[in-house]
Amino acid sequence: MNFELSNEQIMARGLFEQFAEKEVKPLAQEVDEQERFPKETVEKMNKTGFFGIPIPKEYGGQGCDVLTYIMCVEELSKACATTGVIVGAHTSLACDPIMKFGTEAQKQKYLTPMTSGSKLGAFALTEPNAGTDASGQQTKAILDGDNYIINGSKIFITNGGEADIYIIFAMTDKSKGTRGISAFIVEKGWAGFTIGKKELKMGIRGSATTELIFENCRVPKENLLGKEGKGFSIAMQTLDGGRISIAAQALGIAEGAFAEAVKYVKERKQFNRPLSAFQNTQFSLAELKTKIEAARYLVYHAACKKEAKQAFSMEAAMAKLFAAETAMEVTTKCVQLLGGYGYTRDYPVERMMRDAKITELYEGTSEVQKMVIGSAVLK
Amino acid sequence: MDHNEWKDLFVFMEQTDRQIADVSFELLGKGKELAKELDCHVTAVLPGFKLEPLCRQLAEYGADRVIAIDDQDLNVYMTEPYTHVLSEVIRKYKPEIVLYGATAIGRDLAPRVSARVHTGLTADCTSLEIEPDSGLLLMTRPAFGGNIMATIVCADHRPQMATVRPGVMTKLRYENHPCVVEPFTVSDIKGHINLEIVDIVKKTGKKINIQDANILISGGRGMKDEEGFKLLNQLADQLGATVSASRAAVEAGLADKEQQVGQTGKTVRPNLYIACGISGAIQHLAGMEDAEVIVAINSDPSAPIFEAADYGLVGDVKKIVPALTDYLMKL
Amino acid sequence: MKIVVCIKQVPDTNEVKLDQKTGTLIREGVPSIINPDDKAGLEAALWLKDQYDAEVTVITMGPPQAETALREALAMGADHAVLLTDRRFGGADTWATSKTLASAIKKLEFDLIITGRQAIDGDTAQVGPQIAEHLGIPHISYAEELDLEADFVVVKRQFEDRCHILKARQPCLITALSELCEPRYMTPGGIFTAWKTKITVLNRDDLDVEDSNIGLKGSPTRVKKSFTKAVKGAGVIVNLDPSESAVWLTERLKEKFII
Repeated sequence: MNFELSNEQIMARGLFEQFAEKEVKPLAQEVDEQERFPKETVEKMNKTGFFGIPIPKEYGGQGCDVLTYIMCVEELSKACATTGVIVGAHTSLACDPIMKFGTEAQKQKYLTPMTSGSKLGAFALTEPNAGTDASGQQTKAILDGDNYIINGSKIFITNGGEADIYIIFAMTDKSKGTRGISAFIVEKGWAGFTIGKKELKMGIRGSATTELIFENCRVPKENLLGKEGKGFSIAMQTLDGGRISIAAQALGIAEGAFAEAVKYVKERKQFNRPLSAFQNTQFSLAELKTKIEAARYLVYHAACKKEAKQAFSMEAAMAKLFAAETAMEVTTKCVQLLGGYGYTRDYPVERMMRDAKITELYEGTSEVQKMVIGSAVLK
Repeated sequence: MDHNEWKDLFVFMEQTDRQIADVSFELLGKGKELAKELDCHVTAVLPGFKLEPLCRQLAEYGADRVIAIDDQDLNVYMTEPYTHVLSEVIRKYKPEIVLYGATAIGRDLAPRVSARVHTGLTADCTSLEIEPDSGLLLMTRPAFGGNIMATIVCADHRPQMATVRPGVMTKLRYENHPCVVEPFTVSDIKGHINLEIVDIVKKTGKKINIQDANILISGGRGMKDEEGFKLLNQLADQLGATVSASRAAVEAGLADKEQQVGQTGKTVRPNLYIACGISGAIQHLAGMEDAEVIVAINSDPSAPIFEAADYGLVGDVKKIVPALTDYLMKL
Repeated sequence: MKIVVCIKQVPDTNEVKLDQKTGTLIREGVPSIINPDDKAGLEAALWLKDQYDAEVTVITMGPPQAETALREALAMGADHAVLLTDRRFGGADTWATSKTLASAIKKLEFDLIITGRQAIDGDTAQVGPQIAEHLGIPHISYAEELDLEADFVVVKRQFEDRCHILKARQPCLITALSELCEPRYMTPGGIFTAWKTKITVLNRDDLDVEDSNIGLKGSPTRVKKSFTKAVKGAGVIVNLDPSESAVWLTERLKEKFII
């Protein structure tokens, strides 16, 4: 069991840290306050190869391992959770299923533009009536000659409107239940596909979260991803991988808040001493640090299992469950440590606390993670 | 090498557009001091074109002798012709010491000369002394990003050469100082031209990012109004500094957001940060506490900024700042 | 076209702090970086590679850990890397360093050599011009802008109050200012490729250079002593009238060579 990062991974982490510090951190507050999708950062990340880190070079990716990709999401999220999820959703939820389930023609057509051509990806499973119970898909896809005709709507779609390539799930055969759901690759701008309302959110406010509306949208049958009826399985497997990236985002948020708190308690003096001189401060920091490190190893372990192509579903769920709860606890405590100042927007910790909450909700709520883990334990 | 062959202290006189650089005069002054201890003379080496009026100036600043290399091809500085000339002078005259200003010219010319004549060179010196027993030149200079000072010697090679930081040494002025002008001819200067000067472009004012500035004069609420900030601008001009501001000043419309230092502004690490009328709230300190030297000027002696400052001046900032500007102008 | 870029791995002297108790520099934990001027020079070479299809070789003289700097340069896009490392090169001043580098560069083909103007640890700005002298080629220092024109290099060379636009025939050497260009980031894929690339390692015996020109023995200048600046104590506060304050402060700042 080797807990050391390789030379490449150490250097890659240095790259992500440097990029986050220089390009991402300075915009984080503005992105949050203006609810602005950071287009200029996305362009820079694209140039630096952040949009295809684990994808093989033959499809325009960087050809690195899963852990290197996960560390990218982590380091970006330390500075700005919005930026972290832009990369995470694109890579884990859009590139990965095409890589895993796509035909060679689909990989050639879509992956290269997504990894190195600045076409962003998104994943659309959730519907107004199908959240945790994703099986209740009401969006329909009916085969008509050479096309499927899709009708329905999706909500809470990350990168919605900004993405060009969407992995859409729709019911092709209602009688088969979950085995009647299929996956499709749909491009923005196709007739019958419009972007609906943009959500106003508590956190990750720069992340574009929108509704998608399908009205007789014609999708060529070459764009069926995987086989008909395999959609639900594709969705579940994709979300397994995505969970690791959200766990990394949560880990990053917790680390970012923690670093701010450590800096602050060394500077802030009350009762003639810096806050760091008080034992209760030291004890709080000790507890938070321990939880952050525990989360780290759950996240990294899940990433390594995925890299080794071993079963990783339970590990990914544990990582997300624990990292998300840790992020919530750490950020809340960090606001506490910064006191009144922490509640103001002069300091980033209040944003980090608002950002942390989503990690307990999307890509499977913490309750879903417990379902996955419980079921694995009781197999 | 017989060190006794090598005598006298030479100073490279840098000139552009027929104006001799201040640092060259400063080095004549320092050279005079060192020459006294070494019991030798100070020679100014002046390459250029139409040098006669310049030669007369050099006596005023203490040169005992001027070696003038007057040639049309030396009118504008170019590395190779100047290197050739300096090397020929060194070979002919065998000076014990040669000093150059640590300028964009000096720090280009001196290394090439040192490599051509195979001797040691110490860069950007802030102090020069003669070691009592050995008579060696002790050259002290900052290193490691300015975090340490190192004293360097060049024991076995001659001449001992150094580039010296401008503004550190003192010019000396003399009346009726005896000075001999020796014209020196170097052959084939033209043949040593290996570059073409396509154009010369003078610089115009440039907008500086406060994060790039070496010196920041920062204004807070205590500057009160635009008049107050004008005083800061004047001080900044005098010091070649940039003006920055606290959040309070920016919000009062006295400065741009681009100039804001602090938690919600920029983090700066200049060599010198002068906080004028700034109280020193924690959000401000977060943006400047890593400055090399911090000066605080504030009328309230209990202002927290004084705890972070290396030097604190208690008083009316609107009186102290102009007093400082005036004093610096007179120097 | 073949470009050789000299880089140096240096401690990030901006991050070095003084131990308040002992007055010595705290060197542990200070990250090692590619010297900023050198990195700008490397970026210029990579830009030339993108524009004119050049081949870029990076070379460094240093202890074995300088390899990381070469890996970073390869990850940015350099094609080849050479590490000059040998205990016998240690203690070198700029003469010996430039002699050693020049003798290694002689083994390579080059149309252009780019070095940084100045390293943030040594702060001399001497090695670049001295390498050019040893190789007998022209050099242009303080390069603010750089481009090629047929067999020539065109450089905007910075002086205090002006710039010269200079043209030199290749082969020649340029020293880069950090303003020359904004260095690109490595890419994750570039990093993985970089660690797989073979680095040429040369020691003293691989070079055609005299013992009298390398290392401490080959150095005309030597450090007689070094000392840190005074430890930052508590600040001094004075309450004087404005003109006295002005004089007092100016004297304090002059003592520290700030003005």
